[in-house]
Amino acid sequence: MPIINIDNIPYEVKDGKNLLEACLSLGLNLPYFCWHPALGSVGACRQCAVKIFKDEKDTRGKLMMACMEPVKDGMRLSVNDKEAVDFRGNVIGWLMTNHPHDCAVCDEGGSCHLQDMTVMTGHAYRDYHFSKRTYRNQYLGPLINHEMNRCIQCYRCVRFYKDFAGGKDLDVFAAHNHVYFGRQQDGTLESEFSGNLVEVCPTGVFTDKTLKQHYTRKWDLTTAPSICQGCGLGCNIIAGERYGSLRQITNRYNGAVNGYFLCDRGRYGYEFVNSKDRIREPLVKHSPADGSNGLPVLQHVRHRMVPGKTIGIGSPRASVESNYVLKELVGEDNFYLGIGEIEHELVGLMLKLLREGPVRSASLQDAAAADAVVILGEDLTNTAPMLALSVRQAIRRMPVENVINNIHMPAWQDAAVREAVQEEKGPLFILNVVATKLDELATGVYHTAPDNIARIAFAVSHLLDGTLPEVTGMSEEGKQAAATIAAALKGAKKPLVIAGYGGGSEQVIRAAANLAWALQQQGAEAMLSFTVPECNSMGLEMLGGHRLESAVDAVLNGTAASVLILENDLYRRLDHHTANQFFQHCKEVIVLDHLHNATTEKAGIVLPAGTFAEADGTLVNNEGRAQRFLQAFTPKVPIQESWRWLLQLADVCGDPFLRSLMHYDDLLKAIAAKYPVFTGIDTLTPPADFRIAGQKIPREPHRYSGRTAMLANINVSEPKPAEDSDTALSFTMEGYRGEPPSSMIPFFWAPGWNSVQSVNKYQVETGGPLHDGNPGKRLLEPNVNGQTKFYSNIPDPFIPVGGHLLLVPLYHIFGSEELSIHTPGIAERIPAPYIMLHSEDARRFQVAAGHLLYFMNNGHQYALPVVINDTLQKGAAGIPVGLPHMQVAEAPLLVKI
Amino acid sequence: MFSLLRSMWLVFLHMFHKRDTYQYPEHKAPLPARWRGRIALTRDPDGEERCVGCYLCAAACPVDCISLQATEDEHGRRYPEFFRINFSRCIFCGFCEEACPTYAIQLLPDFEMSEYNRQNLVYEKHDLLIPSQGKYPGYNYYRVAGLAIKDKDKGEAEQEEPPVDIKSLLP
Repeated sequence: MPIINIDNIPYEVKDGKNLLEACLSLGLNLPYFCWHPALGSVGACRQCAVKIFKDEKDTRGKLMMACMEPVKDGMRLSVNDKEAVDFRGNVIGWLMTNHPHDCAVCDEGGSCHLQDMTVMTGHAYRDYHFSKRTYRNQYLGPLINHEMNRCIQCYRCVRFYKDFAGGKDLDVFAAHNHVYFGRQQDGTLESEFSGNLVEVCPTGVFTDKTLKQHYTRKWDLTTAPSICQGCGLGCNIIAGERYGSLRQITNRYNGAVNGYFLCDRGRYGYEFVNSKDRIREPLVKHSPADGSNGLPVLQHVRHRMVPGKTIGIGSPRASVESNYVLKELVGEDNFYLGIGEIEHELVGLMLKLLREGPVRSASLQDAAAADAVVILGEDLTNTAPMLALSVRQAIRRMPVENVINNIHMPAWQDAAVREAVQEEKGPLFILNVVATKLDELATGVYHTAPDNIARIAFAVSHLLDGTLPEVTGMSEEGKQAAATIAAALKGAKKPLVIAGYGGGSEQVIRAAANLAWALQQQGAEAMLSFTVPECNSMGLEMLGGHRLESAVDAVLNGTAASVLILENDLYRRLDHHTANQFFQHCKEVIVLDHLHNATTEKAGIVLPAGTFAEADGTLVNNEGRAQRFLQAFTPKVPIQESWRWLLQLADVCGDPFLRSLMHYDDLLKAIAAKYPVFTGIDTLTPPADFRIAGQKIPREPHRYSGRTAMLANINVSEPKPAEDSDTALSFTMEGYRGEPPSSMIPFFWAPGWNSVQSVNKYQVETGGPLHDGNPGKRLLEPNVNGQTKFYSNIPDPFIPVGGHLLLVPLYHIFGSEELSIHTPGIAERIPAPYIMLHSEDARRFQVAAGHLLYFMNNGHQYALPVVINDTLQKGAAGIPVGLPHMQVAEAPLLVKI
Repeated sequence: MFSLLRSMWLVFLHMFHKRDTYQYPEHKAPLPARWRGRIALTRDPDGEERCVGCYLCAAACPVDCISLQATEDEHGRRYPEFFRINFSRCIFCGFCEEACPTYAIQLLPDFEMSEYNRQNLVYEKHDLLIPSQGKYPGYNYYRVAGLAIKDKDKGEAEQEEPPVDIKSLLP
């Protein structure tokens, strides 16, 4: 490890880093703009100047940009040298000449990197008294606000948007001091990761438009560490509340999961928490429970639970805790997983493969470090957006590694490395039923039916390992595809195979596992990544229960009378007719949920559950990583966590075991004790009695304002602040002001660093893990010692059936997820329901684009407008599942036209 | 003995001095213009609300007795949706006035705000807003800020160039 002398103090630093990274990792304050830990250095802003000395005798030294200088052993430099300090102050002075007097009306104010750096350099007064440059803004869609006057030309936005996330519609225009960052013309930013511009931009050019609707400064938010509910990846987020409503979602750095970024569904999909469709009080027969016989609502529930005939239906979007308590309450035999048939089969299979197979599941950051990627039957951008971003990084890895050896440049020299790499890409193969957004990066793309995808994957496995069964009757095209993929994978050291629920096919998942296992046997460090549909799909499957169809049967044949439904809209799980039939036969329906939906319409009793921002809970992501989300604020009584409702209900019913669980920590211990698979779930965050220096960790920053006025309109005597007996966080601004444990960081802040860039101060090194390790615990580890049981059952090739079409599911980042569609900005971007056909099939059924296509399923007729897409497999038809007003809940299925 | 007599003499002399006591409330003491009393929200020279809802007064307040919510009109002009000061907590330190970047919040030379009921000391925006520019006449924040609002487009503020034509290659 090289030793460098900074201001005559020797420090040991990591080799291969640049001086800026080294200084920041050491905790020194060195200002910067254009550098970003995930984007590398370009040396454009001249802000991180330091003075470098030749040797001990050199007193003059020379100014160098720290971000462009690699660390060398014995180096001598000065951060606090007068000339370097003046230089940095002058650079800020120049940057500020055209910066408007906007801080008071700027959404970035208070969490602004430019403000922080200006203060840090000591540039406190404006010396410039001449006129300022101005720009016209653009409309960039419902999620991002544009205010171009504030730009300081650091180029981070385009470097993130174009180079990192692969967006095409944001660029830099014009010349000299007129450069303009925007789109070619007004319009919604197309990238699914556009929301990150808000955090990447060091000032207020790009700001969060949803936050603007209920604007709050960062210092006024009550925040808590949380987990995104948008998909199965479990990205870490920070949820911020003010005046009883959720105001903003920002990224919470987790070096193993999402790193510095989030997708737009995750960042903006929070507004359901403030929706007018929220259930705010217990309802008995659709009217407030207070009016019904004066009985407490839980007594009502108890009366309606027919003894021995009560079943519980869990949910993949409820926490492990809630599902567990429901399972305990109704008994193991009466607990049903609230997921559709196909989903259950798929997730169950994934769980089995990850647990019993020899290949490790990949985290998002593992995936970004892969050197070859095969995607089987999955449109990642829409089913697991952040994984698509990881794949974008992975395919850059190989060419970058080759290049840095040739040109002798470190990888962080972003501009130079990009120039050398040009369009070179690492191996990526995509096999999907229809074209996807990642296709443009792929070495090879094959659009074919799920069964054929599985066949190609089986054929690749055979080519890698001759002992595996050969696929017979392969088409020429298929053979060639398999050969190319096998050739590309042979040399890979860290190949990644991705499959998941998006393909809707068990065969594809088996084939993916076979392929990854075969690669592992070849000596590669193979990785598997299975996408799962919802935030706790994996956790629910690990908990285990009966399938939803048997719950329907139990109700229809009268063995079950009352149904307790936990945070689940069964109309999204069952097809419309089955669900109607189910509810007709239920004697009593009791629903716990936070939003009104088709299921709560059918319920006799509805209990208001807390959303992720109002509850503590644990989710297990697709990798098998258990992660805790903590309550950001206390909702209005009687809204409370589902598990708390259920525990209270158990108390009313007199369940002796559940009664003994007094505290949240008891509940976690009970889960860990009962299910070995959840071992460690009770230690994800420190227990409720955890204190640092005798104090709790405050959810509010020390500058939190308005405590004695915010509720004064109701009563001038302030109420006692809410107390958190479940966790070591407090709902106030009082508490320990130092760095909290990494699993419960409510907000990133450090003295002098108000913006999100303060995350540097929480990391072991810039871009590295958080100080006491990345939060979360992997519950699934591969079975490395066991004998690998390869699958040998190869499916038959797909042959279109006359008069029929195979419906395959298509997903949309905006629309397919149940909760995010309550955000108005996201609702704007939901496509209308459609059925996608190949033009030949359209001709076969004599329809054109826009016509209604009628099809039959289970004796019921459906009609959808036709969309033509020639990349789709002939004989298959794509339908967007999960969209509002889609009556078909699950695909794939074969339907008669 | 001597000091006793001296004191009595001094007291006697005071009978002929000008009186310092004001017969409040019949007579009121003249207060200097910068006296820190009642807090008001002032208006700019165009008669619009000066407050832009930046939250700096609330952040500066040592007793946290100011709370507000910023919002904006259809032309992008920001203003507080509600603005509340709990005067039963206020210590009249004037930090809010110092923090205010728009001269909106000002402390006026008036202290007569007593109430029998403490609840009446909670002032809302309509109680605070006055139809005056207060101590700083002529200042209009939006004339110096870069944000476009109604009747002030980009480049029309003080010391601003007209918006850049990004298609132009001229220097």
